Amino acid sequence: MKNLRVTTTILAMAFVGLTAMSCKDGQKEDSSATMDSEVSQEQASTSKSNAQNPESQQVLADYMVLKDALVATDGKAAAEAGKKLESTLKSIKLDSYTSDQQKELKEIVESSTEHAEHIGRSDMAHQREHFQMLTQDVTDMVAITGTENTLYQQFCPMYGEGGAWLSMEKEIRNPYFGSKMMKCGEVQKEIN
Amino acid sequence: MRILKIIALILLVVFIGIQFMPTERNQSDLVPKTDFLLVNNTPENIGKLLQVSCYDCHSNDTAYPWYNRIQPIAWFLEDHIMEGKKELNFSEWDAYSNRRKNSKLKSIMSQIRDDEMPLFSYTLFHRDAILSDVEKQRIIEYMKNVQDSL
Repeated sequence: MKNLRVTTTILAMAFVGLTAMSCKDGQKEDSSATMDSEVSQEQASTSKSNAQNPESQQVLADYMVLKDALVATDGKAAAEAGKKLESTLKSIKLDSYTSDQQKELKEIVESSTEHAEHIGRSDMAHQREHFQMLTQDVTDMVAITGTENTLYQQFCPMYGEGGAWLSMEKEIRNPYFGSKMMKCGEVQKEIN
Repeated sequence: MRILKIIALILLVVFIGIQFMPTERNQSDLVPKTDFLLVNNTPENIGKLLQVSCYDCHSNDTAYPWYNRIQPIAWFLEDHIMEGKKELNFSEWDAYSNRRKNSKLKSIMSQIRDDEMPLFSYTLFHRDAILSDVEKQRIIEYMKNVQDSL
């Protein structure tokens, strides 16, 4: 009897093992990251009603949540924000733009989706690396879509060959170093 | 003892069984027009390094080891290659927008600089894919040039 049970167990395990292996192509499910709306998100959404493109406004809001998570050196929150940004980017509509702008925006969305996806599943160092590239994308996006918010383009020369980021506040709070070098940086440009 | 025999038998059956499950081979005789080395006219010494250390997982043409004939190793490698190509495919380099080329180049440089690539699990079996410090420096400098020429 005992033997039979053991055999059945082994068979079951072999079956499960095989099934698991043959499912390797199954898509990893997106854990639907529902973020609590945080301060910067609310700020960004206030002008939603008269913004030309609510999705790009939401991209900016998600970006700010991500930026704040990096300032706090909170990898988990940053990953959540990355996932949220990834799903927002999927919903972006480009109909209202000229074909040249659409082409540019498409490339921006494609590129930033890749960065957001990496941020969603990487360690802090890697997240910051992709955040730097994402910043370029979001900055270029805003140049096309415009924004109702006043943005500050800030820059810290200590990160790599220099790291830029966008913020809604003038005050420097560094997302590349967090508390290690919170004040590194300066406002380079005011957008809007 | 009987149980052990049964286990061994089952494992053997499973092992033989999975040998018949097909995998897709990542091989191509043509060098596509979009290939990184072709598009950038990469010098041969750099090209060789990239082919040996990167192209197995980051292009459409893998030089398979003999043990790729054995399951489940073949599955493992297939997964690996699929993932590698998703991140960066040198064979389709020119299909990337300049924006993406730029970020791929940045990532290539930082991954090589930080010894994250080539993967340890890869160099473990491909000793010739290990990059020396000088080789790493050469690749990074070259990638920087490509980046500046975008």
